[in-house]
Formats: sequence, structure tokens, C-alpha cells
Amino acid sequence: MLEVSNLACSRGDHRLFSGLSFALHAGQIMQVQGANGSGKTSLLRTLCGFLMPDEGAITWRGESIRDLDEEYYAEMLYLGHLNAIKDELSALENLRISAGLSGMELDEKEALAALRRMGLRGRERLPTKVLSQGQRRRVALARLLVSDAQLWVLDEPLTALDVGAVTLIQELVAEHLTRQGMVIFTTHQPLEVAGVEMRSLSLS
Amino acid sequence: MLGLLVLVIRRDLVLAMRRRADVLTTLIFFVMVVSLFPLGVGPEMDMLRKMAAGVLWVAALLSSMLSLGRLFSADYLDGTLEQMMLAPQSLSMLVLGKMVAHWMVSGLPLVLMAPVLGLQFDMPVQALGVLIIGLLLGTPVLSMIGAIGAALTLGLRGGGVLLSLLVLPLCIPVLIFGTGAVEAVSTGLSAASHLSLLGALLVLALVSTPWVTAQALRISME
Repeated sequence: MLEVSNLACSRGDHRLFSGLSFALHAGQIMQVQGANGSGKTSLLRTLCGFLMPDEGAITWRGESIRDLDEEYYAEMLYLGHLNAIKDELSALENLRISAGLSGMELDEKEALAALRRMGLRGRERLPTKVLSQGQRRRVALARLLVSDAQLWVLDEPLTALDVGAVTLIQELVAEHLTRQGMVIFTTHQPLEVAGVEMRSLSLS
Repeated sequence: MLGLLVLVIRRDLVLAMRRRADVLTTLIFFVMVVSLFPLGVGPEMDMLRKMAAGVLWVAALLSSMLSLGRLFSADYLDGTLEQMMLAPQSLSMLVLGKMVAHWMVSGLPLVLMAPVLGLQFDMPVQALGVLIIGLLLGTPVLSMIGAIGAALTLGLRGGGVLLSLLVLPLCIPVLIFGTGAVEAVSTGLSAASHLSLLGALLVLALVSTPWVTAQALRISME
């Protein structure tokens, strides 16, 4: 369970939010809402430990994420604005390397299956620099399929995706939630997951 | 732990092989700088022999600066570095992997090229041998110290110049002991003391720089 209490965060001299508290339990999904510049990305990056909060605490299963460090990272997956894929490598190599970095061996068959499910059949071995923006995003999102992390932190996962891919992501999120996963995400597009209550957090 | 090291090294080497131009520029720069000296100071064998070690070392130092900017910046710009920091494994280990790969791509070619260039300066075989051992011990230290600078200047505009200003002074001991070893051998003394000091620097750098670089990266990511 992810618990945030009394969190305050600022960039430069500008206070983005303060006194933010919420808890996310297994099987729950939460959308972070707010205008541009309201601190959605900063909140998610704070949850990843990239940014130090000014005040407040973030705990995972009752322990501070700063103390847990690697144990926490083993159970979370972050997908940011940047795709974190290398132009020179193929989709397959990218996926296998990023899985390797997060500490799991991924054999070629599993990686191919994940990429095909993401709609990249026939493009698995092309260098990603020849793929379109949406296809690159799909390569990045393929990590969701192969990861066994419980907490997903997704920053604008739907940018550059077409309708088919958005539906696919909705399916993936629904599957993840039925496996007792947790999702916290931001988006400006509607993301609907059937049968689950969507909690929302407004930053202003 | 070791698996991660191998994964990172292999990944960086594959990337370097697909961007071969980057690798070659460092090496060609090294060859050019060294080759310019005989043209500039004239073909006086005695003088060339005397300055050979210094020229080769300074050129190696400068060309290792050239490739430092790329050590983390590509990963930083495409978001891979973020993912590396979220890896549930030691960031220091990962950084060490990147350092090793960087040395294999930008330092090792210099070491292999040095004997050929040394011959241009009519260096005696014994001095050449010591020069190569010195470079073999010293260039990894340059990569590792450079990595700290590269991590600190990540994402800064004009970081390249700042990086050189930060890193070059820290590399002076390597330069002194590296050239000192060749000098000692040329004057008939043993190079052992200089080389063991270089070895000590290497061990010290191996132990401390990955951790320092990892901390610097965390600061740069904020």
C-alpha cells in the first residue's frame, strides 16, 4: 500500500502543492488531475524518489521509500514523458534491456509476444528510429506487459497513441487491477476502466 | 550484481558499435594531435624522444575529455537514465558498468594505438613498454574521474567546457606518474614506483568513483 501524508513540493521558489495526503490500496486506481503546471509530473516524480519533497512522507507498506530504496523500486514501474528507448536498438533489444535493468531475465519469445500484443508485429527487429512516435510509445508501454511490479506510475501514458492502443492500455490496466495491482496516472485523455472505481486527485 | 554489470557493458558496447563515428573521432583526434608535434617542433630526434611520453599522455588526456560528454547525456535525454535510477539494483554498479564500457570504447583504442605513435617519436622499446603499461593503468582512471564530472555537468548548457575545467586538474596526478614512469626508464631507473602509484590510483578510483558518480547523478536528476 502506498501512503502519502502531508506532502509538499516546490520547483524553484514556486510552491506546487502542500498538505497532500492520500493512500492507494491494492486493486485501486487513481487519476491525478490538474491544469498544466499544477505539479502532476512533479508529484509522480516525487513518488519515484527523483525529487525530494519539501515536507511530508511517502511510505510503501508502512516504510519510507527512502529507507526501502531498492526494495521499493523492485515493486514499482514508472513510465515518464520520455520513452527511455534507444533509437539505435531494435524494439526487441530495447525491451529485453529495460527488463534486464529492472532485474528480470526476459527471453526472446516472451519479449516478442509482448511486442506483438502491443501491435508491433513485423517491426520487432527494426531499429526504433524508423518507427513512428506512436509505435515508439508502444515499445515503451510493452514494459507494462512484462513487468511484475505491483505499483504502476504512469505519466501521460496515452500520448501519441491511436484509439486501438488506448483500448489496449485500458485492458492492461484492468488486468493489472484484478491482479491486485495499483495504478496512479495522469492523462488529459479519458481513460475508462470497466468495473473499477476511478479515484481522482485534483491539484490546483 | 555481476549480471547487471555485464548487461550494461554489453548494451553500451552495442550502442557504440552502432554509432561508430563517435568512437573513431576520439581515436583520430588522438592520432592527429600526436602527429602534429613532430611537424611543429621539427624533426630533431633527441628532442622528440625526450618529449614523446609527455605528448602522448597529454593527447590521451585531451581525447578522453572529448568523449566524456556523451557518457551520460544520451541516456539522460531519452529517459533511460531515469529508468536506470529506478532499477532495483545498485546504481553504483550500473555506473561502474558504464565506466568500463566507456573505457573500452575511448581509452583502450588509445592504448593500442600508442606503440605505433611512439615509434614516430623513435621511443626505445623499453620506454614504449612502460608507456603502454602506464596508459593501461591510467586511462581507466581518466574515464572514472571524468564520469564524476560528466554526472555533475549533466543537463547544463555549455557543460562540455565546464567539464574539462573540472576534470583536467583532477587528472594531473595520473599525468605526472604516467610520464614519470617513462622518464625513469629512459634514465636507467626502475619505473616500478611510478607504476605502482598509478595502480594505487586505479584501485582508489575503482572503489570510490562509482559511488560518487551515482550520488552526482541523483543530484543532477532533481
